[in-house]
Amino acid sequence: MTSEKALQRAMPWLVTIGLFVFWEALCIVTGVEPFILPRPSLVFETTVQFAPQILHHSLQTLFTTTAGFALGVVGGALLGIAIGASKLVYNGLYPVLIGFNSIPKVAIVPVLVIWFGIGTVPAIITAFVISFFPIVVNVATGLATIEPELRDVLRSLGATKMEILTKIGLPRAMPYLFASLKIAITLAFVGSVIAETVASNEGIGYLMLSASSSYNVPLVFSGLIVVAVMGVLMYAVAVWFERRMTGWAFRGELIS
Amino acid sequence: MQGPAFVKIDGVSLVYELAEEKTLAVEDLSLDIEEGEFVAVVGPSGCGKSTLMKLVTGLLNTTAGNITIGGKPVRGPVQGVGMAFQNSTLLPWRTTLENVMLPLEIVEPHKRNLRRNKKAYIERAMSLLKTVGLADFADKYPWQLSGGMQQRANLCRAIIHDPRLLMLDEPFGALDAFTREELWAVMQNLWMEKRFTAILITHDLREAVYLADKVFVMSKRPGKVILTKKVDIAHPRTLETTFEPHFGAIVHELRDHIHEVRVS
Ligand SMILES: Nc1ncnc2c1ncn2[C@@H]1O[C@H](COP(=O)(O)OP(=O)(O)OP(=O)(O)O)[C@@H](O)[C@H]1O
Ligand SMILES: [Mg+2]
Repeated sequence: MTSEKALQRAMPWLVTIGLFVFWEALCIVTGVEPFILPRPSLVFETTVQFAPQILHHSLQTLFTTTAGFALGVVGGALLGIAIGASKLVYNGLYPVLIGFNSIPKVAIVPVLVIWFGIGTVPAIITAFVISFFPIVVNVATGLATIEPELRDVLRSLGATKMEILTKIGLPRAMPYLFASLKIAITLAFVGSVIAETVASNEGIGYLMLSASSSYNVPLVFSGLIVVAVMGVLMYAVAVWFERRMTGWAFRGELIS
Repeated sequence: MQGPAFVKIDGVSLVYELAEEKTLAVEDLSLDIEEGEFVAVVGPSGCGKSTLMKLVTGLLNTTAGNITIGGKPVRGPVQGVGMAFQNSTLLPWRTTLENVMLPLEIVEPHKRNLRRNKKAYIERAMSLLKTVGLADFADKYPWQLSGGMQQRANLCRAIIHDPRLLMLDEPFGALDAFTREELWAVMQNLWMEKRFTAILITHDLREAVYLADKVFVMSKRPGKVILTKKVDIAHPRTLETTFEPHFGAIVHELRDHIHEVRVS
């Protein structure tokens, strides 16, 4: 029982380590050139060697990502509430949103560069735009799927639309919001790194691009891994918030 | 009986329209309920009992006919009715106490006074929880309660704001026989103490006869009242009462009627 739990806990680490071991072994066995696929040990070495630069650029990426993500949360939640609470807004905006979400976000980066120039702003906006949609959809879904009986209980008490929204709509939408945050934060990284690759002098995306143009492939991989690690960490933060804010949605599961 | 009834349902019909499909749920339904009376509505499944409940509370508008409560015609949701459904509709993010106090945040004059008299209102909710044996569970969340406990809390929430009219749609339907019979007594006590008007929808004829002064039997869909049976047994009734021949006779008479409408 306890050993099974310990195993469960260790699993993510075991798999990650296993993956790296497999990768290392693959490189040694096949003798692939480091500028095609560098061994993880070499990537690690490079990471240590370039630590100051990597730190600088990853902080920049972390900043643009969280800034874009924060905007996405606020804007997405507000729009989600409007769409979920009003049939009229839903009918008007939903098709536009779907259409907008179908546009590959890389395609808008050049436009952003024309508007804001190269730098931080396009990265923030791209992170915002890409993380925005899942939040809107989830919050709207949470509001739109209120149990009719619950609504009836409140209506029969004489509750106004606003009261129904604040007493049951919003609390009920919270688990949906937090579930979407986990997806949105990882998407935000995708957005900011894409934008940095195309239109910035700073950030992990820029670091990777300049490393690859000087054939420093281990540094490119180093950048990839740093982004992945930041993504996992931010995801963990989102999960932590989710559990804290909407523990009721997990019922008793948490206590065990 | 002097004056017009407290709840008057007069020739009411309701058609559900879903796209092309039209369902006549109740047709030409009439019944009167006096103030402070406890009535039960029984009938075959799908005959329009829940529909009737939604009509009386104004959640649905009648297709034809009139409903008045306290002489006032029902148009749109009626203010300050108490409601309890078969599956308890407690909010999982609120504790039992917070759930019970929900109507106080919505219904006037409590809404206005809640902040100032918070303490008194909490006391009121706690004493209500005590009468149904839930005082120790006030700070627990609904999902930490058993089904029977949830239903008790649900009843408390339905009457905390002293509604003049209480609507119960199979509130004990999902419970086991013992818990159900226990809650009949709880319900009867609450009613004898507060004397609100109550409409109970149920499948259980013994439950109907135990609790109600008057039982309405409805026909198959489209539902209308085919029998009104007065239950001339004094309150409070106990489990012993249910074994008396007179009680049994009333239950039998109702059962025969229901059987007739089901086979007809
Ligand atoms: N929202 C709805 N839209 C369309 N038809 C409905 C709707 N609600 C109920 N009906 C139909 O109206 C009829 C009466 O339904 P109602 O829920 O009032 O029955 P009931 O007597 O409460 O049944 P039960 O005892 O099984 O709860 C049924 O035939 C049902 O299919
Ligand atoms: Mg029903």
